Amino acid sequence: MSELTAPMIMTGRALRLNWRNVDALITALILPVMLMLLFVYLFGGAIHVGTAYVSYVVPGVLVLCAGFGSALTAVRVCTDMTDGIVDRLRSMDVGGVAFLTGHVVASLVRNTISTLLVLGVAFAIGFRPHAGVTGWLAAAGVLLAFILAISWLAAVIGLLAGSPDAASGATFIVLFLPYASSGFVPISTMPTWLRGLARNQPDTPVIDAVRSHLMSLPGGNSTWLALAWCGGILVVSAAGSAFLFQRRAARG
Amino acid sequence: MISDLAVEVTGLRKSYGQHAVLDGVDLAVARGSVYSLLGPNGAGKTTTVRILATLTRADAGTARVAGSDVLADRAAVRRKISLTGQYTAVDGAQTGEENLRMMGRLAGLSRAEARQRSRDLLDEFDLAESAGRRASTYSGGMRRRLDLAASLMGRPEVIFLDEPTTGLDVRSRQGMWRVITGLAESGVTIFLTTQYLDEADRLADRVSVLDEGRIVADGTPRDLKEQVGGQRLDLVLATAADYDQISRQLGPRLVSEDRASLTLGAGTDGSGPDVRLLLDQVDPGRTAVRSFAVREASLDDVFLALTGHSATAPDATHEEPAHV
Repeated sequence: MSELTAPMIMTGRALRLNWRNVDALITALILPVMLMLLFVYLFGGAIHVGTAYVSYVVPGVLVLCAGFGSALTAVRVCTDMTDGIVDRLRSMDVGGVAFLTGHVVASLVRNTISTLLVLGVAFAIGFRPHAGVTGWLAAAGVLLAFILAISWLAAVIGLLAGSPDAASGATFIVLFLPYASSGFVPISTMPTWLRGLARNQPDTPVIDAVRSHLMSLPGGNSTWLALAWCGGILVVSAAGSAFLFQRRAARG
Repeated sequence: MISDLAVEVTGLRKSYGQHAVLDGVDLAVARGSVYSLLGPNGAGKTTTVRILATLTRADAGTARVAGSDVLADRAAVRRKISLTGQYTAVDGAQTGEENLRMMGRLAGLSRAEARQRSRDLLDEFDLAESAGRRASTYSGGMRRRLDLAASLMGRPEVIFLDEPTTGLDVRSRQGMWRVITGLAESGVTIFLTTQYLDEADRLADRVSVLDEGRIVADGTPRDLKEQVGGQRLDLVLATAADYDQISRQLGPRLVSEDRASLTLGAGTDGSGPDVRLLLDQVDPGRTAVRSFAVREASLDDVFLALTGHSATAPDATHEEPAHV
């Protein structure tokens, strides 16, 4: 069996589980859209950001939606770890990399679809980006890097959590962080004590970079900062997950 | 060198913190045989299987499975074994056939081979009609059979079954037993753990009794049964003095005692001559035994006889009495 066969098989499995768990899939796809509508129509009227709020809020919703998508990955990884499947796979010499790659690729696919869905709805309600091809590619690149990093982070959460419920709960930090970023309101409107957190967390450069590319605004160094954050999260999570998989799976 | 032993274990030890789960276990399993590790909950059965299936490292001792060392040559062992644990490893959201094909591909079969073998196994395990249904719609017994079939996709030489029928109803258990018997006939080595003496008796060529991390008895099912007698003669005694005296007199034949009801249990084969002889020996004056009853010996009796203490109460879902 070639080195790639096992990760491919595990990816096929994770994708099948994706499509067939209809409830979870609908939640992962619909919730971000609902959140965007909520922000644009309910809060948007009261928030003044200098442009149409929908154009301001889309990058934040995309980051939020990646958080929701990855929460499902944490639950799936944890479910497998607490189930018989992980012992079976290990006794067949299928390693942690193949196992986790399957879940992360499935997460990438799921998040890409929900991202496209959110963008489609955004267009329908008045989102008008000014980006050219380069801008779109750059925005897509930053978003994909972020989704990849956050999916591996979710895999680590899934390995650390004792139960699928705990895994679901532990993703709250990923879900909360976008609110304390430049995603929904300008950081300058936040209380002073919160600004430090908002400026120095990964979601802000990712959102700033995506926004600058889509709206053709000056983004400063936000793209490089975003990629550095994503790269850092990715390296730490991937290394951590390899270690944690061995430790967790050998227990008991 | 090819040994005729499929599993060879010496001096296996494993502790979790202060608690010694395995305390010097030696085992030898002949190739092509069915071997059963029998013991109550917490005896160390699952830990033993996990060590042999390369999932857990022992603290001390050596273990060779299918001719390879479980530590030094883990990959070789993994190519030759399969493990079916207490928790099924099938995906409810995949169909029976998809589960099998996936495991076949992971075991190194080509697409075509995996398709063919999954069909063969679905037929063999009486699952062909449900092949296209999601495994989440299967009954408990069907899931176990599918799980076992999945473990066989790569044609393992040594099959580990950890409590294959725990939690199943009587009919499903019998279905599993048929499948396991069929497997045994195909010449593979089967290493199964169980808490049920009747299961070991029914399936195994050789049985080891594991208790608190040690092997306390080892032999064919017949050997084991002879150690406790196939049946139990319950004697209800007239007085506490009779109880004490006969309790001493029975010695190793004593398999159960209940002082509150003045009842002693003695191992017997249940035959007329043996029961008559036993009654005459313990109660020549015919005043001490008020009444008696012959019952099937239970797993508890075997444990009491072998270890001096009771086995944990059997699983509540297992309603049939364990019998020898």
